Amino acid sequence: MATPKDAIKEKSMIIQKEMLTKQFQELSKAKELGKKVVYTFVPGNLIELILAFDMLPVYPEINALQSGMRKKSGGFIKDAEKMGHSEDVCTYVKCDIGMMLNGNIGPTGDKIPEPDLLLLSYTGCFTFLKWFENLNRLYPNAEIAMLHTPYQEAGKMTKEQVDYMVKQLKEEVIPKMEKVSGNKYDPEKLKKLLRNSVQSEDYWVKILQTAKNKPSPIDAYFAGVYYMGPINTSFRGTEECVQYYKELYDEVTERAQQKLLPVTPEGIIPEEKFRLVVEGPPNWTNFREFWKIFYDMGAVIVASTYTKVGGLFDMGYRQNPEQPLESIAEYCMGCYTNMNLPQRVDLIEKYIKEYKADGFLINSIKSCNSFSAGQLMIMREIEQRTGVPVGFIESDLVDPRYFSYANIKNRLESYFQMLEQRKIILQQETV
Amino acid sequence: MQSIDELLTYCEKVAFDLNFAHAKNWKSQNEKRVIVGYLPIYVPREVIHASSGLPVGIMGVGDRKQIIKGDAYYQSYICHLPRGVIEMALDKNLDGFDGFLFPAICDCIRNLSGMYKLAHKGKFQRYFDYPQNFDPKIGGVFYIQEMEKVMDDIFNINGVRADVNSLNNSIRLYNINRRLIEAIYDIRQEFPWRLSAVETYHILRAGIAMPVEEHNEILKQVLDYIQTDRGEPMDNIRVVVSGSFCEQPPIGLIKSIEMAGCYIVDDDFMLGSRWILGDVEENTDDPLQALTNAYLYQSQFSSAYYDVGNPKGKRLVAQANKRGADGIIFSAASFCDPALLDRPEMQKECDEAGIPHINFQYHENTGQFKVIKEQAGTFSDSIKLWA
Repeated sequence: MATPKDAIKEKSMIIQKEMLTKQFQELSKAKELGKKVVYTFVPGNLIELILAFDMLPVYPEINALQSGMRKKSGGFIKDAEKMGHSEDVCTYVKCDIGMMLNGNIGPTGDKIPEPDLLLLSYTGCFTFLKWFENLNRLYPNAEIAMLHTPYQEAGKMTKEQVDYMVKQLKEEVIPKMEKVSGNKYDPEKLKKLLRNSVQSEDYWVKILQTAKNKPSPIDAYFAGVYYMGPINTSFRGTEECVQYYKELYDEVTERAQQKLLPVTPEGIIPEEKFRLVVEGPPNWTNFREFWKIFYDMGAVIVASTYTKVGGLFDMGYRQNPEQPLESIAEYCMGCYTNMNLPQRVDLIEKYIKEYKADGFLINSIKSCNSFSAGQLMIMREIEQRTGVPVGFIESDLVDPRYFSYANIKNRLESYFQMLEQRKIILQQETV
Repeated sequence: MQSIDELLTYCEKVAFDLNFAHAKNWKSQNEKRVIVGYLPIYVPREVIHASSGLPVGIMGVGDRKQIIKGDAYYQSYICHLPRGVIEMALDKNLDGFDGFLFPAICDCIRNLSGMYKLAHKGKFQRYFDYPQNFDPKIGGVFYIQEMEKVMDDIFNINGVRADVNSLNNSIRLYNINRRLIEAIYDIRQEFPWRLSAVETYHILRAGIAMPVEEHNEILKQVLDYIQTDRGEPMDNIRVVVSGSFCEQPPIGLIKSIEMAGCYIVDDDFMLGSRWILGDVEENTDDPLQALTNAYLYQSQFSSAYYDVGNPKGKRLVAQANKRGADGIIFSAASFCDPALLDRPEMQKECDEAGIPHINFQYHENTGQFKVIKEQAGTFSDSIKLWA
């Protein structure tokens, strides 16, 4: 097998790598620095609150996906299965548990410190609950706080739901954070962080919307997962994050002005043949190979749902520093996987129309029922509403046993042939 | 009075009628009556009953209906239950149901609520969110709001608003129901041969497809019958079966476990009917608060219930000890994240308590039980010979 050439990287990717390296180094020295460590989840995360208490976040899902990209997840998963976990369940959980069993070494080679606080932001994924029950047993000395985010059952957030969350923040989460960090809650500090968040959110939305250009200067799925990193995880609320998104915005705006196509690890895509909307997380174990299939076909992802697991800022939501806790509650409830199925269908339909997509593709993930259960119905609905060809492939988050390159490539090639045919027919009809 | 065999035949018929004719017949007798279907595990059925409604449990199709259309809605790695629930809706088995409740148990059931919304099945389709905060001023308030939403849904259909009296009455009836069920389990603990696990299952499952008043009468009669000996005692071990609370095991599986030499003295097959431990306060000015207190403080352990501070593994061990069980069988539906993610920790607790255990997985339509029977048989023999 040929050795892949060195990946081409955008400047913003290099900046982000520096940010992450710094963060992991800080984490490895947390105890020396006297900083407390919080384990929490990406969707509906409370990063501004965590930072307001001068604590450091660790995201087990991010550890898992990085293990996947570093080809370590397969071994970790097997170790978790040896201790009794079923093959059928979420591989993020198993990868995380396997990583802990193997010393909890992070991507920089440094040990990730044990948690002082397990902050279960229970948003949009039932498995989070189980995951933290397991973590609680692995780290019995860590304080644990639960924030239950109600599902958008009726397709909207209600005042009662916001009140429920604010009460939990006031009575459960903040007191635990005060206890663990030794710091008092400072609303002014939180407001300042939220003001920074709003700036990052504004840039992020403008970046996403550059994909409305033809050709699109960004890939909103494969590159999108890099772009979304700072805002969806540890950096939202910081000035560093604002600077990152300003830099990224300048970069993609320049590319849009020059009609340049997205940068991929293989180089700049030569031609935008197809514009797609994608639903579902990517596969991490074979991420580059997976992306390359799209590169080879000239397929650019112009909008994706996965990049909204950390919030739907492009639909207008912004943090409100004047009502910080209410705003955090709404942020949590607004994450993509906390939306009901009709809302998800409406959103995808909107993306297809606004971003003038040629097709809609689902990457259905074995491990993730929150995304996957119901996707075949989403597919039917979208097909009926928009008439665009829909495609369906299956893989997993971090279990390499469930990534079949030949199978996926075969299916995608057939799908792109269908898109090609449709384009020809549509052109003939226009003439 | 019917003979016990007649009662059992009747219960089996009602329990597995996938057209729910019994419930529909009940509804047809009064225009104010409504049927509200609910998915596993638990909903406070009292609020439906008090609103002139019949709560009907939808536990899947088991091995009694071939799934054709349902498979087109789900990937191979998703459990079997929702396929059958969609198939039933598409085949009009559930026509006549006024609304559906999808309790917070997992992402599959949660998203199924959205599928029912998209398919416009019933007059309402509601995801019923359990609070995972157990402070009465926080999670308790939220739970009352969830119950009020269901009462509003029903009121919008039939104009009947549950009041203090009707709620107290419903609470009283369901208290009786749970007491009778527990009395049956208590007798089975001592004399499991008097009512087999399959017979018990038929009786309990019938109870989620008929009015509680009728079910209470059946339970009373069954309880009378099993006060005296029935059947022949066997040299079987006693086991608790855990992990089958949502997608139900096929009857053949329950039968295989018993035939292999294991009396099932407790289980979580019909957990929703036994969720609340003990009585709910029934003569109160605030029955919704009483139901809330029961949820907050008297819930049975469950994979759908955040257990930090009161781990379910320890509660399972306590249950096994209380029932005098020799071992535990972990029997979970394939791809059931809640049950399977709990299993390793629960097994660890069993190991620490010195309780032997085995595990296997099933689908609701599993048709081959030879391996399970051999596994359960070996488990039974090993305990009898060496424990």
